[in-house]
Amino acid sequence: MLSLENITNAVHEWLNATLNPNLALLSEFLIVGVLAIALFAVLGLSLVLMERKVAAFIQIRLGPNRVGPFGMFQTVADTLKLIMKEGLTPDGADKFLFNLAPYIVMIAAMMLLAPIAFAKGFQIWDINIGVLFLTAVSSISVIGILMAGWASNNKYSLLGAMRSGAQIVSYELSAGLSIITIVILTGSLQISDIINAQANGWWIFKGHIPVLISFVIFIIAVTAETNRAPFDLAEAESELTAGFHTEYSGMKFALFFLAEYINIFIACAIGATLFLGGWMPFHIGHWEAFNHIMDFIPSSFWFIGKTFFLIFLMMWFRWTFPRLRIDQLLNLEWKYLLPISLVNLLVVALMAVMGWYF
Amino acid sequence: MFEELGTTAEGDMLINIGPQHPATHGVLHLVMTLNGETIKKTEPHLGYIHRSIEKMCESLTYRQFVYVTSRMDYLSSHINNHGCSLAVEKAMQIEVPERAQVIRVIMDELTRIASHELWWGAMAMDLGAFTPFFYSFRERETITDIMEETCGARLTMNYICPGGVMMDLHPDFQKRVKSFISLFKSKFDEYNELVTGNIIFQNRMKGVGVLSKEDAISYGCTGPTARGSGVSSDIRKLYPYEVYSKVQFDEVLETGGDSFSRYMVRINEMLQSIKIIEQLIDNIPEGEFQAKTKAVLKLPKGEFYQRVETARGELGIYIVSEGGTTPHRIKFRSPGFSNLSALGHMVKGSKIGDLVATMGTLDLVIPDIDR
Repeated sequence: MLSLENITNAVHEWLNATLNPNLALLSEFLIVGVLAIALFAVLGLSLVLMERKVAAFIQIRLGPNRVGPFGMFQTVADTLKLIMKEGLTPDGADKFLFNLAPYIVMIAAMMLLAPIAFAKGFQIWDINIGVLFLTAVSSISVIGILMAGWASNNKYSLLGAMRSGAQIVSYELSAGLSIITIVILTGSLQISDIINAQANGWWIFKGHIPVLISFVIFIIAVTAETNRAPFDLAEAESELTAGFHTEYSGMKFALFFLAEYINIFIACAIGATLFLGGWMPFHIGHWEAFNHIMDFIPSSFWFIGKTFFLIFLMMWFRWTFPRLRIDQLLNLEWKYLLPISLVNLLVVALMAVMGWYF
Repeated sequence: MFEELGTTAEGDMLINIGPQHPATHGVLHLVMTLNGETIKKTEPHLGYIHRSIEKMCESLTYRQFVYVTSRMDYLSSHINNHGCSLAVEKAMQIEVPERAQVIRVIMDELTRIASHELWWGAMAMDLGAFTPFFYSFRERETITDIMEETCGARLTMNYICPGGVMMDLHPDFQKRVKSFISLFKSKFDEYNELVTGNIIFQNRMKGVGVLSKEDAISYGCTGPTARGSGVSSDIRKLYPYEVYSKVQFDEVLETGGDSFSRYMVRINEMLQSIKIIEQLIDNIPEGEFQAKTKAVLKLPKGEFYQRVETARGELGIYIVSEGGTTPHRIKFRSPGFSNLSALGHMVKGSKIGDLVATMGTLDLVIPDIDR
């Protein structure tokens, strides 16, 4: 049976049999670190390519099609170019903070990979406060963005960073509140518990309309949190040229760029885990035969499929909608999304207490 | 002083939008005084692409100077040429054959649609929506193909010459224009679905960059900018030239004065242009496409003025002749310059995001402003 769980277990047992427990743990750390960095690079490259292909599809053109089959190595070539470019630090910038900022953004994005369950039993760290960890660590990236904008000594960067700060801090509230609805229904902050609670149906189907509302709010909020159009005010090209990363070049720019795409992946992975059952196959209540057939599709396929569906949704938004203005953006959050999420949270709490879900 | 400090005496931030900036669509330089994101003052700095076209025209003959004007407002180059030819014909009292008149007007309106298509895509891009640009260029491409087939060039066509047009129409012209019309009509609803009806777009445009009717008149705004504020300023209606007096079309007027009104004027103008073309395309009279003129044109002594409606507004051509083969002095009244002068008034007190929403609807072409 094709299962990633067997592989991880086999590696774990083999390491513990050949080495003493401490060394085994250390080598597991090493393997996980290398895998995380590799995943970071591969995901970044493939998502950039996917974005360009989706954009081309929506915009009735072909997209990259020259480097490799279907332009598959276009992003690799772009990365090579960025690595070879000079990493310029502008005169008058705070050199230490300017160079630190991209790493903070990147490290925050990489730490978020830890509690994500990629497949059944394939998870780096099943921490018992997984959801809290995700919301807490995802807020760190705003510090990096503010730092980049402030240290660049450029007014466009400063305006972009200020916009980004206001935006991310506001939209975290709605994202957090919609995540809490699932935590209330499950009664646990642990990712594996949340996924197992969806064994007889995903929350988006089990939770009736309130969970659907919180799913929609979650998607809007994470689109804003990851600075994606129509909420891409932080880097609004036609207004602020490139926003907070105007002055960055070479690999430092690439780190911001990759971190943005990793953040999209993680936001969509959280959405898929909480609302669409993560790696859990599509199950309906007690239809044993149907559930058994669905189990034949490997769990990693389910997870990747759901996540990339949500990513496609976010790309679709980006290439369809115009950008909001900063005051309209904050109005949307504070006047509409936040009150709706609060009321929705109360309804879900009532639902959970009365047991009004399947 | 402010280049060194970056702030004003009151502590407001000074920021240079341009001369290289994605939203200015050219080398326009705006020095802005900002309080946070709120605009306190906007000061356009011009001259980055000044080529002294007016002075150049003084050393060119009346046949030659027509084509230099293609490089002013390159998006309505055909209409610029048209205005210059009309001025020369008016001075020399040349009777243009009716076939040439109809061809000129059809090409004028095709140019106007092409220009508005480009504006539509570029303005949506200013607001952060990239996709409309590709959709509008899909239809614009068929227009430029028609232009190419007719006279060999796609943008600066140089098709008009004093006395008529350079050469006769391509045999496929009518067929291709008709297929363009049916294509455009089928795609026009898509434009409205994608952009006009979008709630984010409407929120961005409504009540933004308001220009009252009085201000529009006193700033000398013309074209869709003035008509969005309810000022009737369509030269095709007010001072008809060529066959415009014989065709049925409406002057599109909106009274809001905000960016959305200007947007709606331009969108609906495309439909009116289609209406004009539909009336003329089956009724191109037979006959000469060019009047018999002398090889070297000599204008009588005097001053001559002609105005035409370009895609951006009123273009005035003022020729002072001393009786020779070259003009003594030429002055162009370009629409973009006057429309830009109102920008500072329109965006005062609004956010930076509103600046691009306002500037987008002014449809500025910088070579037209600087000349």
